[in-house]
Amino acid sequence: MTAAAIENQLKGASTRNAAARARMLRSLLPALSLALVLLAIAWLNPRAISYFGFSLMLNLAIPITLATIAQMFVIAGNELDLSIGTFVGFVGCVTATWLKDAPLLGIVVLAGSIGVYALLGALIHLRNLPSIVVTLGMSFVWQGLAILILPKPGGKAPDWLLSLMAFKPPFIPFPIIAALLIAAVVHFGLMRTSYGVILRGSGGNAAALKRAGWSLLKTKIVLFALTGLFGVLSGMALIGITTSADANIGNGYTLLAIAGVILGGGEFVGGRVSPIGAVLGALTLALAASPLLTFMHIPPDWQVAANGAILIIVLAARVLISRREK
Amino acid sequence: MPQANADIIRLDGAEKHFGAVNVDIIRLDGAEKHFGAVRALSGVDFHVGAGECVGLVGHNGAGKSTLMHMVAGTLVPDSGKIVVRGVTEDNFSVPRAQQLGIRCVFQELSLCPNLSVAENTRINHSSLTGFGWRRKAADLIAAKLDEIFPDHGISAFDIAGDLSIGRRQMVEVARAFTLTQDPLDLVILDEPTSSLDAHTAGQLLAFVRRFVAGGGSCILISHVLGEVLQNADRIVVMRDGKVVAADAAKSFDRDRLVTAMGGAEGHQKAATETAKTVAGPLRVRARPTRQQDGKELVAHAGEIIGLAGLAGHGQTDLLLAIFNAAGRAKAGIEVTAPVALVAGDRQSDGIFPQWSISENIGIRSLARLRSGFLISPQREAELADFWQKKIGIRTPDMTNNIFSLSGGNQQKALFARALGSDARIVLMDDPMRGVDIGTKLEVYDLVREEARKGRTFLWYTTETEELDNCDHVYVFKNGRIVANLRRDELTEEKIIQSSFGDAA
Repeated sequence: MTAAAIENQLKGASTRNAAARARMLRSLLPALSLALVLLAIAWLNPRAISYFGFSLMLNLAIPITLATIAQMFVIAGNELDLSIGTFVGFVGCVTATWLKDAPLLGIVVLAGSIGVYALLGALIHLRNLPSIVVTLGMSFVWQGLAILILPKPGGKAPDWLLSLMAFKPPFIPFPIIAALLIAAVVHFGLMRTSYGVILRGSGGNAAALKRAGWSLLKTKIVLFALTGLFGVLSGMALIGITTSADANIGNGYTLLAIAGVILGGGEFVGGRVSPIGAVLGALTLALAASPLLTFMHIPPDWQVAANGAILIIVLAARVLISRREK
Repeated sequence: MPQANADIIRLDGAEKHFGAVNVDIIRLDGAEKHFGAVRALSGVDFHVGAGECVGLVGHNGAGKSTLMHMVAGTLVPDSGKIVVRGVTEDNFSVPRAQQLGIRCVFQELSLCPNLSVAENTRINHSSLTGFGWRRKAADLIAAKLDEIFPDHGISAFDIAGDLSIGRRQMVEVARAFTLTQDPLDLVILDEPTSSLDAHTAGQLLAFVRRFVAGGGSCILISHVLGEVLQNADRIVVMRDGKVVAADAAKSFDRDRLVTAMGGAEGHQKAATETAKTVAGPLRVRARPTRQQDGKELVAHAGEIIGLAGLAGHGQTDLLLAIFNAAGRAKAGIEVTAPVALVAGDRQSDGIFPQWSISENIGIRSLARLRSGFLISPQREAELADFWQKKIGIRTPDMTNNIFSLSGGNQQKALFARALGSDARIVLMDDPMRGVDIGTKLEVYDLVREEARKGRTFLWYTTETEELDNCDHVYVFKNGRIVANLRRDELTEEKIIQSSFGDAA
């Protein structure tokens, strides 16, 4: 029987190692797909691989990355936010109008909108509502508010925001530094701190967390508030780059953000998310979105479809790897 | 056994006697709990003294888990009092229980599969924060694993979801015994060995003995009666939401425990109905995908086949594979007649919540109910009325919504769906969960009657006494058939023995 026990143990260790290897492979996939896109760009247009090239290609990467991180927080709690795109647009309109003309009002409105997100989390938890329904409804609310604030494109970003986003550090383009910084901060906060464990645990096994005496209401509120916070940062960053706003400016971000999280190795349920992966996923999407396709001489009409094709290919590769895991 | 009955009656005296000797860690007086119409606990008195290991036994549904949820603070009793070390606790909750040094290892695994072993440890210790908490948590759990299960082969940084079910259970047990700022006086172990092999189960029980010898208290729930008899100081037996016996472990033996749990009548009943059937034509021949030897499940017309073993060891998977094979040929599975499935989780897999009772019954027989391209409401009503009378679904109107029925009657409607169809083979995926005993007995009779008419039943159940209705029982372990028992060789012991492989 002892022999059987030892044999058992060896078998256990080997299947566990296989699982760990597959998980490793899967966590490398976001980096791999980014590298692949970069290689393709370098091959198609070597001159793009330069300080100036990256600054240009990754122009919109910072807001996309921030929106992806925002989405990642709700996904970590097994929820989904379909309003993040219009929320980014709403924040953009507030930034380009009130935050410049009446900074105090702007700050209050933006802080209040984070509070609204926190309340949504509480509502979803207390009434046991599907987050998809609630956030889909909210997406129209944000859009409507954005149009009320800024009926036609215009406004102007505050000067401090403009100069921040125009920052040109030596050697490494600003978007790359910003991406590294975001990844590091969020990774530390969610993956390393002791409360981050509780937040992720609420997606992994909520019942177990409740039994251990944690408040699921609080975890949900915190996750939604963090989504709101990063949504605000995304909207501000976006306006810092585009200099003026439009009520529809963020609409594409909803699906882009979800795709970025999934591309980065996250899963819709189970609290399995990766901040570093999400940032890589967002960068991949930002690069694949237009620079790569333009270099491939794909006409703009077809770029959205081609973008979708890239997504399907990467996600299919992930499914294949996950299947080997089982 | 007249002697055993006498023991049951004098249990109250024993309770009081033991209570007086020690200071109680926890005492519940008259705890009651209802879930809807089901009375899970009816006025239970229960207590645990310091330095005592209390064994808690009883059949599934006897109320053991409900009682333990109250001790752990996860459930609040509808009425009754909870007293911890002589102080009445009015707002007893999980955090309060933890402050008072009461921990619980629940039967269902409660690790977060997406977190590492160390991170899962952190969840149970609110004081594990600040700089270096990961290292502290890892050291804490690793040391405890080393202490309880030497050569466990688990790293604190393994992701819980990657571990085998046995290792997950080891982590969970070890986690309950880790110590930070809160005291640790009482640990509830609800079926702690159900997923452990004999070797590790022995390690765990030895540790429990050491823990109790060191002054800690423990509640041990196990369906392996030998474990309880050998390791508990005192044994409490529950049946139908009540404590029916409580006495020093020394005064119990296996027979007395089984009698107190109410197993004896069931066996007598089964014995009266002797083997009858001459095997009819073959209906199902199936081999689980993970089966390595030649064992396979064989069912003939008119047979009731039981699928036993611990929950989640491949019984449902095989039923679903058979169900799929009926529609589309599949290697290793032969099905010769139409199949219907009675789902175990009726809320998620069985019922169409928006539909009437009639519609819920008729869905499996649409082909017969059709006239032209449409469903004939008249024929649907006929089918429903026939089964309402036959099976006794208690409702004034079969066109009422299915949710107007009680849980047991909903389950009856699902049986009517299967039995009213053209299916000659009925697969039952532990359908009696949470059904009251009256309904159960009616359904058992119905199943036997239908089997006599030539229907074949494949019946997965977690309740051992239900297996008495079966002609043949296959015991499952780790997705494989490990034993094939005829009715006359069927005993609970044999099933448990086979479920645990070399555990005996």
